[in-house]
Amino acid sequence: MTMTIERLEEIKRAFLLRQQVYQKTIRVCCGTGCISSGALKVLERLRDALKNEGLSERVRVVETGCHGFCERGPIVVFGENEIFYQIVGKRNLDADVKALIETVKSNTLAQNLLYTDPNDKTKKFVATSEIPFYYEQQKIVLKMNGYIDPESIEDYIAQGGYTALYKALKMIPEEIIDWVDKSGLRGRGGGGFRTGRKWRSCREAQGSPKYIVANGDEGDPGAFMDRSLMEGNPHSIIEGMIIGGYAIGSNEGFIYVRDEYPLAVKRLTKAIEDAKGLGLLGKGIFGTDFDFDIHIFRGGGAFVCGESTALMSSLEGRIGEPRAKYIHTVERGLWDKPTNLNNVETWACVPLIINNGWEWFASIGTKNSTGTKIFSLVGKVNNTGLVEVPMGITLRKIIYDIGGGIQKGKKFKAVQTGGPSGGCIPAEYLDTSVDFDTLTQLGSMMGSGGMIVMDERNCMVDVARYFLNFLVEESCGKCVPCREGVRRMYEIVDRICNGEGKEGDIEHLEELGRAIKLGSLCGLGQSAPNPVLSTIKYFREEYEEHIKQKKCRAGVCKPLIKISINEKCTGCMVCARNCPVGCISGEKQKLHVIDQSRCIKCQICYDVCRFDAVTIE
Amino acid sequence: MEVDIEKLDSIINKYGGNKSYLLGMFQDIQKEYRYVPKEAIKYICTKLNVPVARGYELATFYKAISLVPRGKHTIHVCMGTACHLRGSPGVLEAFERELKVSKGGTTEDGLFTLETVNCLGACALAPLVRIDEKDFGKVNQTIVKNIIDDYKKSEK
Repeated sequence: MTMTIERLEEIKRAFLLRQQVYQKTIRVCCGTGCISSGALKVLERLRDALKNEGLSERVRVVETGCHGFCERGPIVVFGENEIFYQIVGKRNLDADVKALIETVKSNTLAQNLLYTDPNDKTKKFVATSEIPFYYEQQKIVLKMNGYIDPESIEDYIAQGGYTALYKALKMIPEEIIDWVDKSGLRGRGGGGFRTGRKWRSCREAQGSPKYIVANGDEGDPGAFMDRSLMEGNPHSIIEGMIIGGYAIGSNEGFIYVRDEYPLAVKRLTKAIEDAKGLGLLGKGIFGTDFDFDIHIFRGGGAFVCGESTALMSSLEGRIGEPRAKYIHTVERGLWDKPTNLNNVETWACVPLIINNGWEWFASIGTKNSTGTKIFSLVGKVNNTGLVEVPMGITLRKIIYDIGGGIQKGKKFKAVQTGGPSGGCIPAEYLDTSVDFDTLTQLGSMMGSGGMIVMDERNCMVDVARYFLNFLVEESCGKCVPCREGVRRMYEIVDRICNGEGKEGDIEHLEELGRAIKLGSLCGLGQSAPNPVLSTIKYFREEYEEHIKQKKCRAGVCKPLIKISINEKCTGCMVCARNCPVGCISGEKQKLHVIDQSRCIKCQICYDVCRFDAVTIE
Repeated sequence: MEVDIEKLDSIINKYGGNKSYLLGMFQDIQKEYRYVPKEAIKYICTKLNVPVARGYELATFYKAISLVPRGKHTIHVCMGTACHLRGSPGVLEAFERELKVSKGGTTEDGLFTLETVNCLGACALAPLVRIDEKDFGKVNQTIVKNIIDDYKKSEK
């Protein structure tokens, strides 16, 4: 059956009508974070309890995508006025479910499950929007995440879904491209290339058929924006891709999803089937002569496949090795045909631009970086999770206002952005604007949006070694500068961490880094030295300490530290019991001692001690 | 190793015999056998008219594919940046100590394979460990033994 705007309206009306029988809606976050915290159990018990109370006819329970505040999961949100309940069922499942049912019956609040200010326990927050974590955010791409049921196409349509597609099909392709270009949208996957310009080149490229690709191979460690979007609102990506297909002149699209994201694969597969079922994908969409189809492709756990040419090679059924881009993929990409690849977040922006106009999108953010950006705010900050903020916001606002500052009152040291291609930004730049150009100037990059906060207990040389190790393992091995150069860099940094650093090592690293940047084939190799170069730039003294004084001030590099027990020890024996090698001796209520010759420096004693009696130096 | 030809054929058909989906086919086979037997690679490549060497190239390039049998439960210790900063190297060492295998190895009883993964995308709950399809958030070295013991118990 052909989809028409009348039918779309009818689906919306029918869905909203069905909802009217419900007096209340309870939204349970079933994003990956909340599921790991036990959301599925909460969901099951809640449904059972509602049934037992005879309330299931009156209360709608929705399994939604990620709400963002993963730190406080499982999250349950009540009703249209969004009463925010957190850490539900983690301490006492029975009591929490009972409390929730009680609120349904008596229209009261479950006080114990409300979010409280960590610094002022008497201050409680009721509505989601009032909580500091959400207050500074501007959710446009993630707006429906956490609101709709990602497995229900009707729910998406009821919120205005697929109207952008209808509108776009009434426009001429050049006009759509013009809108996307004027909106200032730039690629959300890392590079920040102008999306409109890319689309135009692909439309103008010779050759047919043309292909559309959504890059959902989110390989940057510490980033999960794309995952949450694919799991929480798959239709927004699909709608964006269909519009893109029409604008560029393509009839076939692919979504490349990481192997590590099974739930995203499941939800996207269902979404595509449902869209096909309603005639939103397939032949003659909305009665036009435009056909479009989308396929899903699972990755194989290779980081390099996030690079566009490697991804296309992988899609063709070969290994994911990149190629030099003398000829752009918009001219010769997948199977040597013109191919337009964008990140899933970029695709999800497209329906918003069509529906609200390019002026609206361009009015958000800064002049050269428009719109919003989703970041995964993780590491040593209090409120970890997924945040969407307008471009141009300061790092301080993200880390302190939204993120609630550093855990355990420790001191902020650096924030890492851009994954293994990015760099570490120190405290003195906390007030700079977060946009594509500023971050690049600082020697880091926007990347896909991982934002990893580090405190004084994180060693910057170790962080550099971590990324180098990652890149050594993930280098595809095709070009020498990346394959051999990064390995040499790793060996040097590893030596420094082991206390065997030499004079001249830092200079050697800088020289190698420059060469790798110049000589590597693909973007991953060209950016591989960034984590080292940026840490040398801002934390040179830490490298020098490791080399000259054989000292790791953060207490991370094992060969350079010594763990001992100080006079604060009460002799509680907890550390001795937990020591995996049994090298802590001492009697009850007497000072304990670590046998240094057998200590493996696992630091379990440090973690379990409640009296601050373990010293790492 | 004896492979079930019918099963392989049904996997090939699922993808319409399209060689672009060779990786997907291998992943499905791995789901069945917990690894990809060499015989299966040979069979599928021959059937799809792809050089067997290409099949091996693919199977060895992608980390998701294993050519040796894996344990009944696969433990993935996440080594993403957030997990690293919150102590995943220690968690990995604790698993290595408890299971007496190093990363990539399978325990003698064939119960566990210990692997690392670059990021599982649940960074807010770092350090994260995934066992089969279940995620464990905020893992620390002291609870590693309990997690393993729970799995061992359920085997008995």
